[in-house]
Amino acid sequence: MDFLTWGRSPWGQSILTHVSWDLLWASLFAGLAFLIAHASYMVLSRHHKRDALETDRLEAARADLPERIGRHSLAARLFHWVMAAAMFVLLFTAFLPIVGIQFAWVTWHWVAGLVLTASIVFHIVHATVWMDFWSIWVGPKDVPELKAELLRELGREVDGPKPGKYPLGNRLYHLAIVIAGLLVVVSGTVMMVRIRTPLFTRNPYLLGDSTWGVTYVAHGLAGVALVGLVIAHVYFAVRPEKWWITKSMVLGWITRRQYLEHHDPQRWIAR
Amino acid sequence: MAVIRDVMPAFELFQPASIDAALELLERHGSSAWVLAGGLDSFDWLKDRIKRPSVVVDLSAIAELKGIRTRGDGLEIGAMTTLTEVVRHPVIKERYSILLKAAEAAASPQIRNQGTIGGNVSQDTRCWYYRAGWSCYRAGGNICYADTPTAINREHAILGADRCVAVNPSDTSPALIALEAEMVIRSRDGERVVSAEHYFVGPGTDITRMTVLRTGELLTAIRLPGTWAGANFYFEKVADRNVWDFPLVNVAAAAVMSGDTVTRMRIAVNGVAATPLRLPAVENAVRGNKRDETTAAAAGELAIAGTVPLHHNAYKVPLLRNLVKRAVRGTES
Repeated sequence: MDFLTWGRSPWGQSILTHVSWDLLWASLFAGLAFLIAHASYMVLSRHHKRDALETDRLEAARADLPERIGRHSLAARLFHWVMAAAMFVLLFTAFLPIVGIQFAWVTWHWVAGLVLTASIVFHIVHATVWMDFWSIWVGPKDVPELKAELLRELGREVDGPKPGKYPLGNRLYHLAIVIAGLLVVVSGTVMMVRIRTPLFTRNPYLLGDSTWGVTYVAHGLAGVALVGLVIAHVYFAVRPEKWWITKSMVLGWITRRQYLEHHDPQRWIAR
Repeated sequence: MAVIRDVMPAFELFQPASIDAALELLERHGSSAWVLAGGLDSFDWLKDRIKRPSVVVDLSAIAELKGIRTRGDGLEIGAMTTLTEVVRHPVIKERYSILLKAAEAAASPQIRNQGTIGGNVSQDTRCWYYRAGWSCYRAGGNICYADTPTAINREHAILGADRCVAVNPSDTSPALIALEAEMVIRSRDGERVVSAEHYFVGPGTDITRMTVLRTGELLTAIRLPGTWAGANFYFEKVADRNVWDFPLVNVAAAAVMSGDTVTRMRIAVNGVAATPLRLPAVENAVRGNKRDETTAAAAGELAIAGTVPLHHNAYKVPLLRNLVKRAVRGTES
């Protein structure tokens, strides 16, 4: 399997052109393999679930909390669904032609790319100014939580920290999406200079051949990575034990019981 | 190592005697097989070492692919029928003279003796940046060298460019579109028939192909329905030379008249985009109108709507307008 494709410049130099589209199949396979492996594990293993009695006690102790705890503001939910729609359009317009379903995809692709870019800019501003910015990030402080989560996944009874607003899986996924998303958005915006749009004056010589090659490769790598990441995201969104999180992305709230069962009220103070 | 351009590179040559045998070979060898018709496009690619197939399937021994037959109220032309045979066929001369003129406008007598109608409609673009083997979009790269500030793009597209600005060089294609021809395509999975209008693929849909032909598929025949037989035809080609040259722009129109009034018209142009273009806006505008200067002038303006000339091909805009005017008017002057 090739990872990169190379071309020849007018000066006879070997230049990078794209990632090999074999990587699309690799990403698709990796996403589906993870999905099957995780689903099998969840069916076959002694997956630990928190004791309902413990949650009963917590709920009795925190009767002062409202029945519905706000988890995602309307602005945050709108961002998420607009971004999701743009992402699906981008992935379908990018990869369906590669797998043999031919259609005029370029305009759809760059328009969806602009929607994605705008939604990400909005999200950065919104998260920085109005949200608890650091609640979604991971760092060394999360190692005990990671250890406890892993042991719990392996069926061990362990005391360990509950997450704040976002479970560790959410935060790790967000980190991966930030890296792939920013890479795809920045490289894609630069690549728009090479096509005809009403927004940019075409300038195919803005960058040198090698830099263009790196830009296309970065865009391709981020794109194929997003295929696997989106498969994983959709899989977790529809899993029964995660459905309460998905529902909160639609409705904006979770129940008091879900809040106390899954979150540490010290790390995420409900208002 | 220097490229030796006069010598054919090594490849495995197959000369099947039937369509089925050819299709079996194409299936067996997949994308490494090259379909050879008259060879006039192919030999450039092969001798220049730009395309390097390991297998060449020569169709010249397949009798089923040759000849012109009556089919219903129209004709069926085998894809390996030479352009000279098309030009000399009495029924084409009598009922489809627009195709005669288009085929006769292609290249030179010697090339028409060898070149086939299937090859003429399926040939690759002549963009020299692409044919020089550079890694442009059409060759799988990420740039169009013909659409840069310093590019020599006098012969390139003014319409429908999507990253690539190469044009389709076929003379017979607009005539076939005007005649509402159908292209018969066969593969091991069976037969499919697509209209001539939809036989061609633009760069927006697939930047590496000129036609809908997929790996393992063969264009076996072109069917001319009786719909436009004996209509009032117009074909004109403008090129730098009168013979042995590709069109800068060509136009083909078929009109059915009721007195001075156009009852219906089909009109197509080539040399202005990556595919031959049917002009439905022009057809709609002229329908029901007199075939006069006023109608022709309006049609010419409609034809050039949306054109985006490159650095060196702005002349194609008035050329297209005037050719469409002439075609709608039905006379050169």
